[in-house]
Amino acid sequence: MNEIIESVKNLSIGFNSQKGKQISILRNVSTNIKKGETVGIVGESGSGKSTLALAMMGYIKQGLFPLKGECLFKSEDLLKMSSRKLEKIRGRKIAMIPQNAGQALTPNLKIGYQIDEALRLHTDLNKTDRNKKISELLNKVRLPSPETMAFRYPHELSGGQQQRVAVAMALAGKPDLLLLDEPTTGLDVTTQAHVLELLRFIAKDTGTSMIYVSHDLGAIAQVSDRIVVMYAGEIVLEGPARKILKEPIHPYTYGLLKSIPKLSLAGLPASMPGSQPQPGSVNKGCSFYDRCNLATDHCKKNSPELEQIKELDTNVRCFNHKELINQNNNLQTSITKKSNNSEAIEVLKLKDVSISYAKQKFFDQLLNKISDQNPTVKDINIDIKKGETIALVGESGSGKSTILKSIAGLLKTKDGQIKFENDRILSSDLKMRNPNDLRAIQLIFQNPDESLNPNHTVEQILSQPLKLYFNLSGAELKKNIIDLLKKVRLGEFYMSRYPRQLSGGEKQRVAVARAFAAKPDIILCDEVTSALDVSVQAAVLNLLQQLKEDLGTTYVFVSHDLAVVRAISDRVAVLYQGRLCEIGPSQNVYKFPSHPYTEVLLGAVLEPDPDIKPKLVAEDIVEEKPPEKGCPFQGRCPRKIGDICNSEVPPWQIGENGNAIRCHINIEELESLQQ
Amino acid sequence: MKSNLITEDKQKSKLEKAFEILKTMASKPSGLIGLTIVLFHVVLALISPYIAPYDYKAISPNTMLLAPSVEHWFGTDSLGRDVFTRTILGGRTALTVTFFGSLIALLWGGLLGIFCGLVGGKIDDVVMRVVDAFLSIPWILAMLLIVSLLGTSTEVLIPALGFFYGKGIVRVARAATHDVIAKDFIVSAKARGHSNMSIIWNEIIPNVRDAILVEGAMRWSWMLLGFSSLSFLGFGVSPPTPDWGLMISNARGLMSFAYWSVIAPIVGLSSLIIGINLTADAFAKALGIDRSTKAPV
Repeated sequence: MNEIIESVKNLSIGFNSQKGKQISILRNVSTNIKKGETVGIVGESGSGKSTLALAMMGYIKQGLFPLKGECLFKSEDLLKMSSRKLEKIRGRKIAMIPQNAGQALTPNLKIGYQIDEALRLHTDLNKTDRNKKISELLNKVRLPSPETMAFRYPHELSGGQQQRVAVAMALAGKPDLLLLDEPTTGLDVTTQAHVLELLRFIAKDTGTSMIYVSHDLGAIAQVSDRIVVMYAGEIVLEGPARKILKEPIHPYTYGLLKSIPKLSLAGLPASMPGSQPQPGSVNKGCSFYDRCNLATDHCKKNSPELEQIKELDTNVRCFNHKELINQNNNLQTSITKKSNNSEAIEVLKLKDVSISYAKQKFFDQLLNKISDQNPTVKDINIDIKKGETIALVGESGSGKSTILKSIAGLLKTKDGQIKFENDRILSSDLKMRNPNDLRAIQLIFQNPDESLNPNHTVEQILSQPLKLYFNLSGAELKKNIIDLLKKVRLGEFYMSRYPRQLSGGEKQRVAVARAFAAKPDIILCDEVTSALDVSVQAAVLNLLQQLKEDLGTTYVFVSHDLAVVRAISDRVAVLYQGRLCEIGPSQNVYKFPSHPYTEVLLGAVLEPDPDIKPKLVAEDIVEEKPPEKGCPFQGRCPRKIGDICNSEVPPWQIGENGNAIRCHINIEELESLQQ
Repeated sequence: MKSNLITEDKQKSKLEKAFEILKTMASKPSGLIGLTIVLFHVVLALISPYIAPYDYKAISPNTMLLAPSVEHWFGTDSLGRDVFTRTILGGRTALTVTFFGSLIALLWGGLLGIFCGLVGGKIDDVVMRVVDAFLSIPWILAMLLIVSLLGTSTEVLIPALGFFYGKGIVRVARAATHDVIAKDFIVSAKARGHSNMSIIWNEIIPNVRDAILVEGAMRWSWMLLGFSSLSFLGFGVSPPTPDWGLMISNARGLMSFAYWSVIAPIVGLSSLIIGINLTADAFAKALGIDRSTKAPV
């Protein structure tokens, strides 16, 4: 068990800047991978975790080169090996599972052929044995009906299934070491939980060592035996998973864990100030110095070395780690948020809203006949109160963003009405809405890289809504822009910057400022934190909450991340296939999830705690289309009672907690079933 | 690009930005060579009428096919005209015609492309198929038709060349618009209720401008070649106007014993084309539109 199969020694990898300076991305990294062990490498984007993982299979991205150190795989240096020799090792000894299997699989070759290719290259089996092996592998990764699966093309599979195929291909050569680069990041919550469970099973079953790279501490907590935390190209903490997650003795890890929203905790996570330094900008001192609240003058001048702490079996890079040991007991705290929806009036009502992406046929249009009987989004009734944060949650394809777009007027509704302020019907056509309504409803998007015009300065970006809605110009315009920047905690000097000169968090702050520039009543937030790093996400969530408390704005918050929703929302609406399943105050929905789908979703959430395992109650099938009749969740429901689920749309029931659900089973019965 | 990470707080004027792009272009040898060649040709074209030693149309039986000498640096042609005079004046014609031609190509191609990219759907389909149909006609045949109907004056050649070389720009502009149109900042501007014109002007044009300009610079060198081919065939500018294509055409039969009368225009034409190509490439790189990106592996 203690045999070391790969060891990295003092590895530094860097690139030459345009000014001819050598800039390192990895600095002096040393670690060992033991046989049968799963090591999680965690860090924010730009921390060098992927570079390290790729170097471990002897691959260095173009433009980068090793500055010093070595990667020893069974005492041979991979970085000095000839490419012919490396070919023999890759796939057979070290295999990799990519982040996006959909892009890693060749689209015009059948699954079976692609696995066969891996077998042909890495084993000496003959044709019949290989065929047997293919179905064996497909079985092992738990793909349904392996015989027919081999004859399918990648696009015929769902994201989770594609990822399983990638796992099967990686296992084909019986590798000693499996490298996983964010293998579940693009997947839905339930699928993610299933894939992780499979990976854990495979690690145990085959005794393969794994290196699991992720930014998601929740996923890392589920699979890893040991965790390596990276920050600005250095290992800052390394040790047994349980120790790292429960009692982190490095201030960065501590802050990171605190900034993750957790299902078990109401309220907002604490945020860490600042952001990770750019490669090459740290010359002396600790790279975490300016974000650390334990930092002293000593930290500014001297860089800490990785210190081994024998009794904890941990390596830590911090001078003041002893101080943290006492602090760790308050890891389970959060910032409580003020809730101000006591008998507030309703500002926005969605009444029987249906939205269809199908094009209406010309004749049907003439006859005013509704051709699409099974629209993407159907029968949505939500009343949104002034000053509350209502969250729409669901997996991809649940129609949550579609609803948001139709509120913004970007998508026409097929049926139903959207009523705004005093029951005035909002036109579903953007061009028909009056300027004041347009001003009152603003959008913030998921990816600030795409939502800010790269050719505009921050000043130009923020001046657009101000000019459009308030006709401001000159000194007044400038004053307003400075005020807005102050509101989102950015300095005046950001005005002349272009988006590419800002970090992800700063960009999203500018996007938030742009939405607030219109002095809106409602802000529609479309996955606003999904593209951000955890510590930055916490800061943006706190900012949104602060602005809401100050200005009384209403948020409609769309997210797939249930823990984030738990942190920010007052009320939650759970959607499946464009149909509402459950709606209620968030503390109740999270405490007593009544609808079977809510139960499935919540069960699959990964917590950064090795003691909380996800509950996998439902199959992870992906449904292409909502069923024609009956309950939308009939295909995956773990509590299906029979034919009635297939034929009749379930009625609304209101529980004593204030949750409203749509299910044929009595709500009290459901609650008792889940205890 | 890594260099963009360095933040600069000073707001730059348009002129400073243009200067910076020029500086980046000149920082690589290929860009510097290209810029120098183009600059040389432009300067020469501007001053050529004042420095030309002879009259470009002065024929003289006494000076027929003289080899290069102190009086006639590049020798004389079969009608006794000074080749040096005609070469430097020929650059003037070529640059004027193709510069304005490219401008016209950029304008109509760019605007139509942006329009198609924006409206999409059936209109886009129809317009693009018409453009394709035009692309399938050998341009030289169509040019011959136009020239024989309307004459060979520059007033005809400039718009005709501009039309034929704009087709390619339509495609580039349309593709660039397509890339931008799906981005969230356009959706965001729409949701705020900006007018279509304001969206095109503020959000789309700044983001497709670079791609269109680079394509226009590339088209310029092709147009130069096209224009000279026309003259060579006798359908470009009419004699006695000094023109490289025409000069090459007239002197090619005499190449075996009077090589000088053909070498000068050939060097002029090819160096200008190479110069424009190098400049366009450097321009593209300076703007971050790399036309020769390597595969990642």
